[in-house]
Amino acid sequence: MSGHSSSSPLKLYFGIWITLLVCTGLTVWAAFMDLGRYNAAVALTIATFKAILVALFFMHIKGASEKLTKMVVIASLFFLLILLALSMSDYATRPWS
Amino acid sequence: MTDSPVVAVHGEVENPALLHHFAEPQQQRDAASLGMWVFLGTEIMFFGGLFCAYLIYRRWYFGDWGAASKTLDVTLGATNTAVLICSSLTVVLAVWAAKTARRKLLIGSLLLTLVLGFVFLGIKGIEYKEKFENHHVPGPSFQFNNVKIPGHPDQYANPSHAEIYFALYFIMTGLHALHMIIGIGIFIWLTTKAWEGRFTPDYNTPVEIGGLYWHFVDIIWIYLFPLLYLIDRHP
Repeated sequence: MSGHSSSSPLKLYFGIWITLLVCTGLTVWAAFMDLGRYNAAVALTIATFKAILVALFFMHIKGASEKLTKMVVIASLFFLLILLALSMSDYATRPWS
Repeated sequence: MTDSPVVAVHGEVENPALLHHFAEPQQQRDAASLGMWVFLGTEIMFFGGLFCAYLIYRRWYFGDWGAASKTLDVTLGATNTAVLICSSLTVVLAVWAAKTARRKLLIGSLLLTLVLGFVFLGIKGIEYKEKFENHHVPGPSFQFNNVKIPGHPDQYANPSHAEIYFALYFIMTGLHALHMIIGIGIFIWLTTKAWEGRFTPDYNTPVEIGGLYWHFVDIIWIYLFPLLYLIDRHP
């Protein structure tokens, strides 16, 4: 399995690496632009894109043989979403804040 | 079709790395990987609580946090982001080298990962030193007077609100640095095992699992960098 595909992952790994570095430059550049209220959204979108690249290709979720692994990842993110969404919906709807 | 006892005994003789309660190496590898992912799930919730605290206070003390964030050095932060991304590349190269029996590449990649890990901590140390010198460390000596709020030249940041920013800055980056130190410990252990020639295409789970941990710590920093360094930077 590892023998005949020995050269192909390297190209992918270096491609992901370059993309991540470019995205880092992009997020710094975007931070110094005045995008109004969208500055934070742009920064978080780029960060999430980078995190997905690392998880899929460097942590090999994409080629994971176990479906359970994918389930654990999705479940963890789902619980994180509950934590953030419910906490923020509470704080965002308090009349005194 | 009743293969388990025969295969297990057979496998044990043929592959000393296969523990007796696993039927085959692939199952053993999947179990170890799954265990690591469950641990990373708990880590997501661990850091998630801090990110939640960040969001709440950022909404409350928007301008004060912008002023506090501007005291950080973007160049050092971006450099550290690049350093961690490069270390993620060397980690993934190490995993590939272990799976394809490239001993020199494996040891070289592990050593390079360690060097990059130490570079990250060194730069972080420079940043911490600067914070101590400027009295930006929360506590009795904390000072943040006469700092203007970005976009509001007539308003000054509330020092006690800025102090909360720096408290979260030190907790989040400090915990991240602690994870880096633990990661460096894991990679020193991996390097010695690789030096002894313990990793083969049949047995390389420790490299893979250590790599998962390292990549996760990288992902945390990918979020910490824009959230802590890049808020309210535009003129």
